[in-house]
Amino acid sequence: MWDLIVTELTRATREIVASTAHFLPRLLEMLIIVVVGWIIAFLLRYILRSVLRLIRFDKISEHAGAAQLLNKAALPAPSELLSRFVFWLAWLGFILIGINVLGIVGMQEHISNFFGFLPRLFAGLFFLFVGLLGASFFSRAALLAAVNANLPSPRLISSMVRVLIVVFTLSMCFEEIGVAERTVIVAFTLVFGALMLGLAIAFGLGGRELARRYLERRFLYDDDKKEEQDELSHL
Amino acid sequence: MAEESILTDDFLRELMNVGEVDILIGVPTLNDAATVGQVVQSIRSGLLKYFPRQRSVIVNVDGGSRDSTQDIVRAASISDLAPGTNPSALRTLHCISTTHERSTENGTGLHTIVAAADLVRATICGVISPDSVSIEPEWIERLLRPVSRDNVDMVTPIYRRNKFDGLLVRNLVYPMTRALYCKQVREPHPADFAFSGRLASFFLEQDIWSQAVIQNGAETYFVISAITGGFRLTQSFLGSRPRVDHSSGDLVQALRQSVGVLFWALGKNFPTCPANSATETITATGADAEPSMEPVRVNRKRLYQMFVHGLEELNPVLNSILSASTLAELNQAAATGEDRFQYSDDLWVRTVYEFASAYHKEVISPDHIIQAMAPLYRGKTYTFLVENRDSSAGDVENNVENLCLTFERLKPYLLEIWNGRK
Repeated sequence: MWDLIVTELTRATREIVASTAHFLPRLLEMLIIVVVGWIIAFLLRYILRSVLRLIRFDKISEHAGAAQLLNKAALPAPSELLSRFVFWLAWLGFILIGINVLGIVGMQEHISNFFGFLPRLFAGLFFLFVGLLGASFFSRAALLAAVNANLPSPRLISSMVRVLIVVFTLSMCFEEIGVAERTVIVAFTLVFGALMLGLAIAFGLGGRELARRYLERRFLYDDDKKEEQDELSHL
Repeated sequence: MAEESILTDDFLRELMNVGEVDILIGVPTLNDAATVGQVVQSIRSGLLKYFPRQRSVIVNVDGGSRDSTQDIVRAASISDLAPGTNPSALRTLHCISTTHERSTENGTGLHTIVAAADLVRATICGVISPDSVSIEPEWIERLLRPVSRDNVDMVTPIYRRNKFDGLLVRNLVYPMTRALYCKQVREPHPADFAFSGRLASFFLEQDIWSQAVIQNGAETYFVISAITGGFRLTQSFLGSRPRVDHSSGDLVQALRQSVGVLFWALGKNFPTCPANSATETITATGADAEPSMEPVRVNRKRLYQMFVHGLEELNPVLNSILSASTLAELNQAAATGEDRFQYSDDLWVRTVYEFASAYHKEVISPDHIIQAMAPLYRGKTYTFLVENRDSSAGDVENNVENLCLTFERLKPYLLEIWNGRK
């Protein structure tokens, strides 16, 4: 009995020692991959940040209003944010490769799925970034145009432009990433359709008089419009 | 060569047929059939009467008119001239026309004129606006003579205007140009002007023609460039300039053409002249005339309302352009009500300088900065109209002079904020 216990314990100990002996080099390999990955990710971050500064990416983002958005959210400058994102993404990739080397059962499939998902994630984030830049730029352009044309509620017009572009961007982004594709498309269609229908009803029924006056002024009383104009010459 | 890229083959052939000339007058047009015939006839009369011994060419550069502008220019002939013009001119007077499809803005038109002048080696060049319907043959003499006789490089006009005409020029473009470049050019955005062949070559060599801002207001850049290039300038009293509806009606476009170019040019030549240096008077030839005092139809209440409304709605945008103190003062002034509202010279100049600085730093899109200025300019216009409602021509002139002095006095403020963080 005692011999049997000793034999089993010895065998178990040998197996543990053997497993550890097999595992330790792989662990070391993983650590090397993680460290090398960190260095590569750091270099990538440095290069990307330099390139973005060279092409004055922060200035471009400022023009479009993205920098102000990031400021409000207490986030760093766009070039810094993007380079940090690439750093973490690259390092995470190396960490996953390292974990893959460990040979843990079931992890390999998840890791390969993750790498398959990366291009779509990049494309989705790119759409999101460009869309938010566009939303900020065009909403400000709409605000300025509405103010200078003396239209009523310029901020409402500006907000509507922003919301439309953001909704459109999000739907494209989610579709690209593959998150609840159908739901997003249906939701987008519903929101967009409802918005347009609401506007049509509001303008046609609620603002019937306004619509009539606008159309009359636009197409019938051009001479009266001229009469109202100032004789100021600026140049 | 620069002209190879801007002059079309057909136009080149026409210019080669013309050969070398002494005088080239350019008329950039776009749907100006109603006025261009009269303008071209006056130019022809002026050339034949005052420059009969010079080889001359009138070059019409059309931006793609959909009316008969080009036909009218081509149809203009010596036989149409009014009696009294010199019938014994010794030289042939050519009149040619070309179309550029690149842009409807006048920058391409002026580029073509300058390139043509350089190609035909014109020593005296002029640009006449097709809107100058009050042009007389004497205008040609007054503009071109200083270049031909006195070796002046650029002649800008001085018009007899209504006291409420050209308010953007009076309240911003002239005082700011004067303060920053230390030269008193009354029309820094000239519609009609003349320049030497030497200056035409200088303009042509500059790497500016692909800039969108130049497409809008090359005239202003020409003046600034002539000043900063150290060329000799003079001014000529021309006469009355009619009010032009289509070019001045759109305030934002007027701002782009003049203020946009002025701000943009500052980025290329800054600082321009020392902060404490005196401004130099530019000699003016011809008979000065009192400004016209005819009443002008203007809805002051609407101007004020558009200022207040614009200030309120654009607060988030103005917040990124103006300093907190200037914006607070503006809000405070707007809150006083129409009767007591006054946009002081001091506040206006600080506003303009902060806009110029924001444009330089590109805190937002430059075009958005120019657009955001429109409501504030309306506020200043309102104050100008109220202050000068019953003023004589001399009083108006004094008020403009005071504004110029404020622009000069606050120049150190611009120098301070130009490279500052805000």
